[in-house]
Amino acid sequence: MSDGSALDHHSPYETPLHRDETAVAGMWLFLASEALLFGGLFLVCLIYSHTRAGGWAEGVRHTNLSIGAANTLILITSSAVYTMAVEAGKRGDNRRVVRAGLGAAVLGLTFLALKGVEWGQEFRENLFPGPHFALHGPDTGGAQLFYSFYFLATFLHGMHMVVGIGLILWICRKARHRAFSAAWNTPVDIVGLYWSFVDLVWMLLFPLLYLIGRA
Amino acid sequence: MSGTLDPSAPQRSYLWQDGTLRSWLLTRDHKRIALLYLGSITAFFALGSVGAALVRLQLLEPTGTILSDATYNRMFTMHGVVMVWLFLVPSIPVTLGNFLVPLMLGARDLAFPRLNLLSWYLFVASGLLVVYGLFRGGLETGWTFYTPLSSEYTEGRVLPVVLGVFLNGFSSIATGVNFIVSIHQLRAPGMGWYRLPLMLWALYATSVIFVLATPVLGITLLLLAFEHLFRVGVFDPSLGGDPLLFQQLFWFYSHPAVYIMILPGMGVVSEIVSTFCHKPVFGYRFVAWSSVSIAAIGFVVWGHHMFVAGTSLYSAIVFSMFSFFVSVPSAIKVFNWLGTMHGGSIRLDAPMLYAMGFIGLFTVGGLTGLFLASLAADVHLTQTYFVVAHFHYIMVGGMVSAYFGGLHYWWPKITGRMYPETWGRLAAGLIFFGFNLTFLPQFILGFEGMPRRYATYPAQFQVLNVLSSAGAGILAVAYALPLVYFTWSLFRGARAPDNPWRATGLEWRTASPPPVENFAETPVVTTYAYDYAELDGRAGPPGTAVGGPHV
Repeated sequence: MSDGSALDHHSPYETPLHRDETAVAGMWLFLASEALLFGGLFLVCLIYSHTRAGGWAEGVRHTNLSIGAANTLILITSSAVYTMAVEAGKRGDNRRVVRAGLGAAVLGLTFLALKGVEWGQEFRENLFPGPHFALHGPDTGGAQLFYSFYFLATFLHGMHMVVGIGLILWICRKARHRAFSAAWNTPVDIVGLYWSFVDLVWMLLFPLLYLIGRA
Repeated sequence: MSGTLDPSAPQRSYLWQDGTLRSWLLTRDHKRIALLYLGSITAFFALGSVGAALVRLQLLEPTGTILSDATYNRMFTMHGVVMVWLFLVPSIPVTLGNFLVPLMLGARDLAFPRLNLLSWYLFVASGLLVVYGLFRGGLETGWTFYTPLSSEYTEGRVLPVVLGVFLNGFSSIATGVNFIVSIHQLRAPGMGWYRLPLMLWALYATSVIFVLATPVLGITLLLLAFEHLFRVGVFDPSLGGDPLLFQQLFWFYSHPAVYIMILPGMGVVSEIVSTFCHKPVFGYRFVAWSSVSIAAIGFVVWGHHMFVAGTSLYSAIVFSMFSFFVSVPSAIKVFNWLGTMHGGSIRLDAPMLYAMGFIGLFTVGGLTGLFLASLAADVHLTQTYFVVAHFHYIMVGGMVSAYFGGLHYWWPKITGRMYPETWGRLAAGLIFFGFNLTFLPQFILGFEGMPRRYATYPAQFQVLNVLSSAGAGILAVAYALPLVYFTWSLFRGARAPDNPWRATGLEWRTASPPPVENFAETPVVTTYAYDYAELDGRAGPPGTAVGGPHV
């Protein structure tokens, strides 16, 4: 991902196109790896949601559905806005890359802020597992397990959000220096892949943590 | 066709291009990164060996000699953790693989040179975390970190070690992504998939495991660390978790990781056997696809580690069956190497001695694996020294032999110097002898019922234990030998020609050591991987080394 579209003499690639295709392939492969990372987490969630169904469902019922739903909407919107940056990048329109990128980043930060509010509430209500755990239903152990996963999953997803926002801001900075052109905009594209992936993970986390077992 | 060899000319060799420390620590050259890795994993190999030496010293006497029980547990854990995570898993891919993948492809570098350097820094950081944990108290869980021992009952430093191994995984993933994308994208003109050296097929299969299995280990260890840090339930039964789930997830990675620890060795052996028999590998496509099928089947055998853990009998039967299946591609490789050797003019240089050692020891390790894959036999043998002997035959007899064989084979290419052949053969023979003396008695010990992981044992097992410890002493000397003569050869070894072994790969068509950009001009591949007729036609009559005198 060196600046501009020229290849330096030590580059392993034959042409700039060759380099750019390779970079995209690398990101896809990395995302496959990421999918397995979250896959392990989803698997454990699914298993416990069956073996400890009662307590698990009680945990689900205590999540804040309005914040969760609002955040889902915000994150989808952020992804959609970022695709405008990708489109602008393809045309070499650096100004629009900056504007759409900043839009996506602000929405991402809003997501994190709301998530922080939600976590704050949950800590105050003693929903973090431990000796003072608030839910005393018939299967309090299952409810604690649910909240173990709730906090770890949202933390891990949040860390991915932080990385993603950082990458988007990096794209904005490059675009402000008119780095992208119709001939070279691979980084905009690759960050888009990553951002969509972070979005997609939430699309699975939202039903797992907020919906399934709520009714 | 080949780079020039003129020792007097100041070569633009990658080694001496720029000698500053800064240029090494910030290098993006895959060849230099390979050497950075070589230095690091050699240090970890030494550290892991210290753990093994202390364990074998302790077991000289039935009541133990030098260690308390608690220290013994920490020492075998140190041995396992360091050897598996910081030596065996990275070993061949990050050293020989890093050095050779671009050269074998006819490329200037890996697809992502900066990611490659990052992977080394991640590796070093992970190694330091692990070492910090080991030296600030250590831990007693074994390399597998089973819960609830690692969560509820441990008195050791689980957290830094687990986080270190977690970080180590990302180093592996980076290497895997780099290799896969490079092999897809950077093949020289004319190099179709069936013209790839078999080493690359093996590394490709290994990389698939790196990319698809390692993240599952990552999340498992993260869950464990989370449980540890905040005292919340994930796997700990006293906090509502299921400890068996940890084993399921752990082995979902770690059994494929067993193949990470053997497939690259198989790749090395394929190259060496072909070269030293001066014959194409028998059944190239079968050997190539057997690597892929070992990687694929390797994903569905993890349950055989849990036959006695109270899992369902039906799942155990299925896992047993798949474990038998995985022996088929392994056997294909062994028979095809023998088929390659059949009728060849075999030269018994040190790399070939290691390769032949690999074939024999891997076969013993593989066949005893079938005992353990059988449900009835496993119930008796699991948790005994039989298992210890079995996996050491695969990982030490197999992988470490291949690693040393590969180091000898490519040493002239890497350093531009020949190692002393007599010493090389002596060390290879000594390693083979010392290895068998160490681990053959352990098969018998295990069969007679001596359990793993204990600091003491009943007196009737002493003779075999003393034999095993004596073998370990010989191994220690034998492993130190190459360190000495390799270092010596850097300064005093004969200059290596471009192609000292008359081998066919593209890496032998450039200078020894290669220039920074690997090839003066991008090579064009016109023939299959092991075309010795073409090589002999190009390089003159057999018996001479290519590109200069073979000393």
